[in-house]
Amino acid sequence: MSAAQAAPRVKPTSLTFQDLLFRLQRFWAERGCVLQQPYDVEVGAGTMAPETFLRVLGPKPYRVGYAQPSRRPADGRYGENPNRLFKHTQFQLILKPPPVNVQELYLESLEAMGIDLKHHDLKFEEDNWEWPAGGAWGVGWQVMLDGLEITQFTYFQQCGGLDLDPICAELTYGMERIAQFLQDVDSIYDIVWARDPETGAAVTYGDVRLAEELQFSVYNFEMADVPRLWEHFNSYEGEAQALLEQASALLTDEHASPKAKKKFPLLATYELALKCSNLFNLLDARGAISVTERVGVIARIRALAVGVAKAYALQQEAS
Amino acid sequence: MSDFLLEIGLEEVPARMIAGAEAELGKRVNDLLTRERLLAPGARLTTYSTPRRLAVLAEGVLAKQADAEEQLTGPSWKVAFQDGAPTPAAQAFAKKAGVAVDDLKKVETPKGEYVGATVKRPGRAAAEILASELPKEVLAIYWAKNMYWRAAKPERFVRPVRWVVALMDSDIAPLEIAGIAAGNASRGHRVLHGDAPVIIGAAKSYKETLRAASVVVDVAERRQIIRKALDAATRTVPGARWREDEALVETVTHLTEWPSVILGDFEPEYLELPEEVLVTVMRDHQKYFAVEDANGKLAPHFLAVLNTQASAEGAAIIRHGNARVLRARFKDARFFWDFDQKIPLVQRFESLKHVTFQKELGSYYWKTEQNLAAASALAAELQTDGAAFDESALFKAVELAKTDLTTELVKEFTELQGIIGGLYVRAQGLGERVALAVYEQYTPASIEDAIPSTVEGQLLGLADRIQTITAMFGIGNAPTGSKDPFALRRAANAIVKILAESELPLTLGDVLAASGAEQANKEQVSAFLRERLHFYFKDVRGFAYDVVNAVLAAGADDVRDAAARAEALAAVRGSEDFAAVSAACKRIKNILRQAEEKGYNPAQAKLGELALEAIDLWHRSKEMEPKIAKLREQRSYRDALALIATLRPTVDTFFDKVMVLDPDEKIRGANLGLIDEVLRSFSTIADFSEIVTG
Repeated sequence: MSAAQAAPRVKPTSLTFQDLLFRLQRFWAERGCVLQQPYDVEVGAGTMAPETFLRVLGPKPYRVGYAQPSRRPADGRYGENPNRLFKHTQFQLILKPPPVNVQELYLESLEAMGIDLKHHDLKFEEDNWEWPAGGAWGVGWQVMLDGLEITQFTYFQQCGGLDLDPICAELTYGMERIAQFLQDVDSIYDIVWARDPETGAAVTYGDVRLAEELQFSVYNFEMADVPRLWEHFNSYEGEAQALLEQASALLTDEHASPKAKKKFPLLATYELALKCSNLFNLLDARGAISVTERVGVIARIRALAVGVAKAYALQQEAS
Repeated sequence: MSDFLLEIGLEEVPARMIAGAEAELGKRVNDLLTRERLLAPGARLTTYSTPRRLAVLAEGVLAKQADAEEQLTGPSWKVAFQDGAPTPAAQAFAKKAGVAVDDLKKVETPKGEYVGATVKRPGRAAAEILASELPKEVLAIYWAKNMYWRAAKPERFVRPVRWVVALMDSDIAPLEIAGIAAGNASRGHRVLHGDAPVIIGAAKSYKETLRAASVVVDVAERRQIIRKALDAATRTVPGARWREDEALVETVTHLTEWPSVILGDFEPEYLELPEEVLVTVMRDHQKYFAVEDANGKLAPHFLAVLNTQASAEGAAIIRHGNARVLRARFKDARFFWDFDQKIPLVQRFESLKHVTFQKELGSYYWKTEQNLAAASALAAELQTDGAAFDESALFKAVELAKTDLTTELVKEFTELQGIIGGLYVRAQGLGERVALAVYEQYTPASIEDAIPSTVEGQLLGLADRIQTITAMFGIGNAPTGSKDPFALRRAANAIVKILAESELPLTLGDVLAASGAEQANKEQVSAFLRERLHFYFKDVRGFAYDVVNAVLAAGADDVRDAAARAEALAAVRGSEDFAAVSAACKRIKNILRQAEEKGYNPAQAKLGELALEAIDLWHRSKEMEPKIAKLREQRSYRDALALIATLRPTVDTFFDKVMVLDPDEKIRGANLGLIDEVLRSFSTIADFSEIVTG
């Protein structure tokens, strides 16, 4: 028997995956955050949802939180790896502008999930975040709890290639990691997602999501039709470009009415850009993008994302 | 006299930036107080830092500057006073100086009588100066990466400033930094102390007051606590030692305010993984210290430095959590290792076509082909010299060197490229010499590192680097100023170091020729290599710059030979005779240059046209020339230099008695011919005219 197994057993939390989410959401709702539902277009991270990517632009204060399923096709492992997922859940929080006690609030949010900080080791270690395709970056930390990264804490400085003023704080909680840690299970799939209050029967993460991990790994790595993915990509890109051209003409036209500017569908244009981003990730997982091509395709997505951000800023000024 | 304390409270500052910032804050405060004449004799400055604060305590600060008097001189007395009455010139000067006209007085100067005024400058209060100057100094601290946080972006700093403590003894020094008014309230450890403010009663009690709030502000003390705690935790395992890692000790010192250490375990089965992988996971990914047994072999334990003091219950939870994270990472590493073995390295060569080396150049497949060509050329050079090495192992190593880039383990642990390749070569039974060469291909990574231990590894390292450098120069990626994005200087440093410290019979020219670079490119790279050679001699080997210049002027191709000449020269350069010979060489060079400017040509020296002293020099140098040549061939540089130094009296007499640039053209030509020849025959070891004398 190894020494590790001989260590005193630590009492795991009785909170389920959904309990943890409830608690986190309630905590931030009570601190003035809008609770949004996850965005219904495929994204690789909570940052890419318009509630972050577009809301951080311009001067209007905003506080929002949402649990965003985030897809990373290349990270799929057919449900066989106990620590890796194709799709994971980010609880994403934007505080614009950040309150002066934002770190203290964050620590309280951990306590709200039942983490007694007196019994843990917490460190804020430098980790600067960037999303080149979105022209976005910030400085901040990975928050380490007993050696595990549980949150990415970023002071957003730029988004869509635009300087932010005010800046905002972005907190991204890795929900599966936190649940796995607190429930003390070795596999993500053993996380208790929900428990029947009458029978006590547990529904696990595996019950809810394993089939999805398996099937999407097969699709992402083996069956996604590469020529068609390129067709989709080009098609979404073409439509987005056409819309961006119109947007640019309209929003820089001094004679155009504010009303016409306000109703221009930039939010829809942004969705097209997100589609391209997801298709890129799929093509990447299929091994269909050579390293040389990669930089070029990222630049195409960046042109769309940055184009929308610039137009969105103009649109906000106009209204 | 007072004590002044400044503490800037911050959100967690990146560990790698804290030491530099702490030192810079100390220097800025010291410079400010000195500049403003606010430091009493014997004043003492101490700096402190933790992840959440930078602080400086100045003991012996004056409450105000001493009053000063300044003497101003105005217009001449004659202009300022006519018939004893002040003119407008006097009135204007008095006004400018801020004194009454009656207080103007006459001063004698060498230029005559002038109007003078004594101006009193009352000393300003320290508090006033600090309020206006200190915030600027703090906000000017350099950060490798900084940020905005306040609306309208008034300032940038590494992380938001959250509180400021500024005390003159027990009184708050009124100043404001980044919108925060200074007070006397600091903060303690986030968890152990909580949110209650920590009131600093007096500047001097700063350190102890914070200790009571579970913060050790003294960096050296924290470092000591950590080292002792590592020792203590390791002692619980009989015979074990923690693996020394100074850089990691620094990092964790700057990640903690109240450090403690726990020892955790992992399953011994993971010890089957290569030590390199285990240590990388522990050190680079988790910031844990590795533990070894009495034989220096890795033991199944780790040490984590915590930023808290946990109870027994807490320690168990923390140990368990850290062990879980480590186990998951080890499990991943083992999965990748096993997975990678399914496709042996020899079958991965083709897939290098899909790994870009450099967009404008090609893939790693291309790169490997280029490296093979360079290695072949170097091998051929070695064979000419009859040096012993395993040629087939060399080519196998070059061929496999980059294949580990396609493995999952290297994708996960990029810092282990080369090392993983070497381990896989060994695991796949492709030969120990091949394995070692691949394993050591990126050493020396820094100038302190050792060079590869085998000839094959040295040749692979040379071929790979010279190919990279010439190819990058060829597409305009040469380093400029502080910009060297492809780390080409580091690559060239490694080439120089390998040539200097190996026994390879290769010169810089041989290495450059092996790269197959085009001529124009070659000249540029050659100059670049020479610059790195200069750096190596001066900054790594510590030779004086004039010694380096002198030696390299006499030949910069054979690195080890140049090093031997530099050593000899450095040893004799202090002697008086040698200094005189150096001075003479400089003089010869100057004369030759003057002669050239005037269009005087040196002629074959004929004895009949030379003065006696010149004939003496001619004889002595002729007699010495073959001896020096022989000593040079034997590389007995010190003897050669000692011999040259004996020429001093002859040279001295020559310059005393002979006017080289004689009006007679024939004599002049002969003299010039003589000194030209002397200079030439003595400049084969070093160009002595480069030596700085007197």
